[in-house]
Amino acid sequence: MPKIPTWFRVTRWIVLSLLMVFTLTPVLVMLSSSLKPLQDVQGQWRWIPSGFTLRPYLDIWHTVPLARYFLNSLIVATSATVCSVVIAIFAAYAVSRYRFRGRRLFTVTVLSTQMFPGILFLLPLFLIFVNIGNATGIALYGSRAGLIITYLTFSLPFSIWMLVGYFDGIPRDLDEAALVDGCGPLRTLLRIVVPVAIPGIVAVGVYAFMTAWGEVLFASVMTNDDTRTLAVGLQSYASQNDVYWNQVMAASLVVSVPVVAGFLLLQRYLVAGLTAGAVK
Amino acid sequence: MKARLRRVGLPYLLLLPALALELLIHLVPMLVGIAMSFKQLTQFFIRNWSGAPWAGLGNYRTAVDFHAAVGQALLNSFLVTCSFTLLVVGLSWLLGTAAAILMQDAFRGRGVLRTLFLVPYALPVYAAVITWSFMFQHDTGLVNHMLHDQLHLTSGKPFWLIGGNSFYALVTVAVWRSWPFAFLCLTAGLQNIPRDLYEAAALDGAGVWQQIRRITLPSLRPVNQVLVLVLFLWTFNDFNTPYVLFGRSAPEAADLISIHIYQASFVTWNFGSGSAMSVLLLLFLLVVTAAYLFVTSRRRGAHA
Repeated sequence: MPKIPTWFRVTRWIVLSLLMVFTLTPVLVMLSSSLKPLQDVQGQWRWIPSGFTLRPYLDIWHTVPLARYFLNSLIVATSATVCSVVIAIFAAYAVSRYRFRGRRLFTVTVLSTQMFPGILFLLPLFLIFVNIGNATGIALYGSRAGLIITYLTFSLPFSIWMLVGYFDGIPRDLDEAALVDGCGPLRTLLRIVVPVAIPGIVAVGVYAFMTAWGEVLFASVMTNDDTRTLAVGLQSYASQNDVYWNQVMAASLVVSVPVVAGFLLLQRYLVAGLTAGAVK
Repeated sequence: MKARLRRVGLPYLLLLPALALELLIHLVPMLVGIAMSFKQLTQFFIRNWSGAPWAGLGNYRTAVDFHAAVGQALLNSFLVTCSFTLLVVGLSWLLGTAAAILMQDAFRGRGVLRTLFLVPYALPVYAAVITWSFMFQHDTGLVNHMLHDQLHLTSGKPFWLIGGNSFYALVTVAVWRSWPFAFLCLTAGLQNIPRDLYEAAALDGAGVWQQIRRITLPSLRPVNQVLVLVLFLWTFNDFNTPYVLFGRSAPEAADLISIHIYQASFVTWNFGSGSAMSVLLLLFLLVVTAAYLFVTSRRRGAHA
C-alpha cells in the first residue's frame, strides 16, 4: 500500500466534509422543521427550535387527504412493481438462456425507450387513454390502472437489463440438470433459477417501486381527485392559503421513509445492478 | 415438429408481455405524437382527434419562427436548458469524480459516508425538492437567513424562486440530486482498476496527482462515456425538479424545455404545436447522442 501524503488527507477531509454538509442539509431541514411548532416556521429561519412537538405528524392527515394519496401511491407502486418484476423475469430468462433471432434488436429497442423525453409521449398517451375510454368504456385516463401500466413500462427496461446480468451469473449446469430430470423450461425457471436469483429480483423490485413512487410528470396529468398520488398530492399543501411548512416537512419525511429504508437496506444489491451496465 | 415449434417459439412467448407493453406505452404513442404534430389539434378535437384538420408543417413553422412570440419563447427555453444542462452535468461529474477518487482508499467511516452520499438519490424527488423550496423561501428560508442575516453577504434578501436567481436555485437543486449517481458509477468504475498499478507507479516515484492523471482518469474513460451521456439525457429532459420547485409556471430564467412544452400544451390545449415541439426536442437529442457516440467511440478506438 503506497503511503498517503498529508496534503491528500487534509484535502480529502475538507472536500468530503463540504460535500456532506451540502448533501445532508435538506435532510436535516426536513427532520428538524417537522418537529417545530408552527411559529418557528412562520418567522425567520431558526437553527435551534423554540420547542419540540409531534403535532405536525398528527395534523398532516387532516390538512389535506394525505391518507388517500398515500393509499393511491401504495396501490399504484406495489401493483406496478409486482407486474414489472414478473414480466422482467420472463423476458430476462429468454434473453439470458436462449439464442434467437431478434435478441439484440429487442434489447436495444427496449433500452432506447429510456432516452425518450417523457413529454414526447405524454400528450399522445393522454389522448390514446381518453380515446380508449370513449371507445370501449375502459377508463385508463384518471384511473389507477392507467398509471400502473405506464409506470411498469418505465422500470421494465432497466429491470430486464439488471436481471439478464444476474441470470447470466447463474451457472447453466443448474438448469440443464433440471431439464434432464424432465422439468419443462418454465418449471426450471420458477423452481431453479428464480430461487437462486432472489437477491437480484428483490433489488429490481426496489428499483421499480422507487420509480413508481417518485414519478411526477404523468401523475400530474393522468390522475383526478380520487386517484391522486403523493407526487401531486404533496403539492396541495403549498396551494393552501397558509403554507404550514412544519406539516409539509413532516409529510415529506413520512412519504420518504418507505423508499429510503428499502434503498438503504438493499443498497449493496442495487448499486451492483445499477452500475453493472456503466462499468461493462 | 410440435416440440420444435415450442422450442423456437418459447423465447418469443416469454418476451411477448414486455414487448407488447413497451410498444403500447412508448412506441405507439411516439408514432401518434409524430402524426399529431402535423395536425391542428386544438381543444375542440381532444375527444375526436382524428377529426382534426391537417396542418402540414404549420406547427413546426410556428415553433421555429423566432421573430414571433411562440418561437422566441421556445428559443429562450432551449437556450436556458442548454446552459442549465452544461452546468449541471459538469458540476455533477466534477463532484462525483472528486468524491469517488478521494474515497478510493479505505479510511474510518468510509462506508457510512458512502451511504449518506446516496440519500439524495434515494429520496423521492417531490419530497426532496419541496424541502429545497422551503429553504429558498424569501422570508422564512434557511438560505436567505444564512446569506443575509448571518454572513451579511447580500444587502437585501434576494428572491430565489422568481426572477433571474431562480436559474441558480434550479442548478443547485439539480446538482444536489444528480451528483450521487455520478459518484455511484465512478466508485464502481474505480473498483476495476488493479491496485498494483498504483504500487508500481509509486515505486517509480509518481506522486498522488500524477497517479490520478496517468492511471485513474484514463481507466475511467469507458465509465465516463456512458455516464456523461446518461446525465446529459436526464438533465436535458428534467421535468420534475422545476415542476416541484416552481409549480406550474416556471420563471423565464428557469423555463426548461420539458416544462415549456408541458405548459404550452396544457395551458392552451394546443396539442398539435406541443407535439411539434416534442418532435423537435427528440430530433435534437438523437443528433447530439449520435454525434457524441461517434466522437467518443472514435477517440476510444484511437487510444486502444
